[in-house]
Amino acid sequence: MQKISMRRLLAGVAVTMLPATAMAADLEVTHWWTSGGEAAAVQELARIFEEQTEHSWVDGAIAGSGSTARPIMVSRIIGGDPMGATQFNHGLQAQELVEAGLMQDLTEVAEANGWRDTINPVSLLDACTFEGRVYCAPLNIHSPQWMWTSLSAFEKAGVEPATTWEELKAAAPALREAGILPLAQGMQGWQTALLLYGMISGIGGADFYNQVFAERDEEALNSDTLKNIFAEYAIARNLASGGNLSDWNMATNRIIEGTAAAQVMGDWAQGEFALAGKTAGTDYGCHIGLGGEPVIATGGDAIYFPVNSDAAVTEAQRALAQVILSEEAQVAFNAAKGSLPVRGDIDLASVNECTQAGLETLKAGNTIPTIDLVMSSDSRGQIEDLTAEFFGSDLSAEDAHARFVQIVQSEM
Amino acid sequence: MARSGPPIRLLQNWPAKLAAAPMILTALVVFIGCSLWTVVHSFTNSRLLPRLDFVGLAQYERLWSTPRWQVSIENLAIYGICALVLTLAIGFLLAVLLDQKIRFEDGFRTIILFPYALSFIVTGVVWQWILNPDFGLQHIVRGMGFSGFSFDPLNDPNLVILALLAAGIWQGAGLTTVIMLAGLRGIDEDVWKASRVDGIPAWKTYLFIILPMMKPVFATCVVLISAGIIKLYDLVVALTRGGPGIASEVPAKYVYDYMFGNQNLGQGFAASTMMLAAVLAIIIPFALFRMGRKRHV
Repeated sequence: MQKISMRRLLAGVAVTMLPATAMAADLEVTHWWTSGGEAAAVQELARIFEEQTEHSWVDGAIAGSGSTARPIMVSRIIGGDPMGATQFNHGLQAQELVEAGLMQDLTEVAEANGWRDTINPVSLLDACTFEGRVYCAPLNIHSPQWMWTSLSAFEKAGVEPATTWEELKAAAPALREAGILPLAQGMQGWQTALLLYGMISGIGGADFYNQVFAERDEEALNSDTLKNIFAEYAIARNLASGGNLSDWNMATNRIIEGTAAAQVMGDWAQGEFALAGKTAGTDYGCHIGLGGEPVIATGGDAIYFPVNSDAAVTEAQRALAQVILSEEAQVAFNAAKGSLPVRGDIDLASVNECTQAGLETLKAGNTIPTIDLVMSSDSRGQIEDLTAEFFGSDLSAEDAHARFVQIVQSEM
Repeated sequence: MARSGPPIRLLQNWPAKLAAAPMILTALVVFIGCSLWTVVHSFTNSRLLPRLDFVGLAQYERLWSTPRWQVSIENLAIYGICALVLTLAIGFLLAVLLDQKIRFEDGFRTIILFPYALSFIVTGVVWQWILNPDFGLQHIVRGMGFSGFSFDPLNDPNLVILALLAAGIWQGAGLTTVIMLAGLRGIDEDVWKASRVDGIPAWKTYLFIILPMMKPVFATCVVLISAGIIKLYDLVVALTRGGPGIASEVPAKYVYDYMFGNQNLGQGFAASTMMLAAVLAIIIPFALFRMGRKRHV
């Protein structure tokens, strides 16, 4: 008797398991979304993916920032151990992988779902397109040109909250007096470089930014405007001294606590504010372009799908690509992360004033290309090294400017 | 047992040769083959994927004009010399102290060797906490009443190399101690008796008699420590990530960052070729010296 019932049990298990194993796949998704707000956003995406499809999401979070995670991802893909899907930023980061035929062609999914009609700005889809074929699914829009301020820190120092870079400089002595760090700046290369890019677009303006990075114009590179920006950059180094910060979210945390006055960081910082229960306008302020020129770069994240030999995985990859561009995922993911959705047809009445400001800038077309679109990883890495060295030493603004020009000019 | 004709040299002692074959093959293909491949590609302008598009010495010219590489080399030289000398000195001193027939020797030996059981990643994290100004050493000393005390090497570009050294030596000195202790125990008891009869003080015996007798032990330690110095990477990543700024960068990290992070294989290969050249510059004279000496004996 017992034998039969055991056999029945096994048969029952086998029957219930069969449809699952025939169709569903475990899709490993690698990304570097590890801070509180980011992790909350990725959980939303995983939840929707598992609800809408029969596949399961295997989370492959890689701690550290993109510069830590990207090498691991690239070496896995070119080493023949591809993951199911992986995050990259919009731009040239994955272009060579696409050229080498290591990425899944998503053109059918894109055409079936009308990506070209819904994605706004359409340049994001162009960034995914190579020789007329689509190779990635844009997920969100991030802009790095933001200055975040802690209103309570300014109140404690008894000065008006700064809304521009100039006002922050003016308030710095009073802030120092009150024991508040004027500028919270993580000392990692990508963060120090982010500040420099923000100053170039915020102080110099969109045209100047394009002249420097896209056209690599000799005159702009040697102009007084750029020299002046490097002088301001040296002032930023003074405002940040004594901070001893490394990770960006530790720096954002200083703003949340009110022990530092301002941080120049991308809008992903909003995820941290939201997680800490802070409200835009009453707890923290946001100023595009450091309160100068309101232009933003429409960078962000896209999901790439490495070519895989397993048909079930390929199936799951297409399903995920479809989910990423669905309205539900766009709203849930971007609300948690503080980023802007890539679809132009989504109602965002409920977003806060910072996101609203970002959307308005986007609508007005005040956009610049991200650094990934105009510079190779090689040059970007060198600029990051230069800015990290600058913040960790007493390198003069003149020398930093000269070396910056050299790096930009040696590109191509 | 009778053999026809003279023995063929290649087949002499064949089981040993067969057993060594996989390792010989690995050495030829992996070590020599891949090194040659890397050297060849260091003369190309390969970006993310290797390409045979030769550009001569351009990658090397760029490498040696990059401040970060210069800082890396400087750091490795400072770290290397200090780590080698201090690890040997501390290791020998601790071994001599342990050799004094003290009580609980097993316990001390375990404590001293224990850091070696930790990976460099763990070591880095441990020292990050020890040196953190808000929780670690500085906080404790200030808590004892010295409120002006300031010691924050992790955020001071001039002192950060000390933090690396402290962590590296803390991790590596234990192994040196144990090897040296074994060496000391291997010294014939009669040597000690003779020196005592002659009335030579113990420290002089150690310095002038025992130390020269331990040359092979020192050679082993030097090789082990040097290998650890050249490949220094994980400790830096865990402890400082090359910072503050670029003050604690090392060559191995440059290679990794350029090959994968900055997607410039050519530049990374040029840097790794320089590292290979540095290792060969140390090993070849050493090997020649050893071979020359063997022939004379």
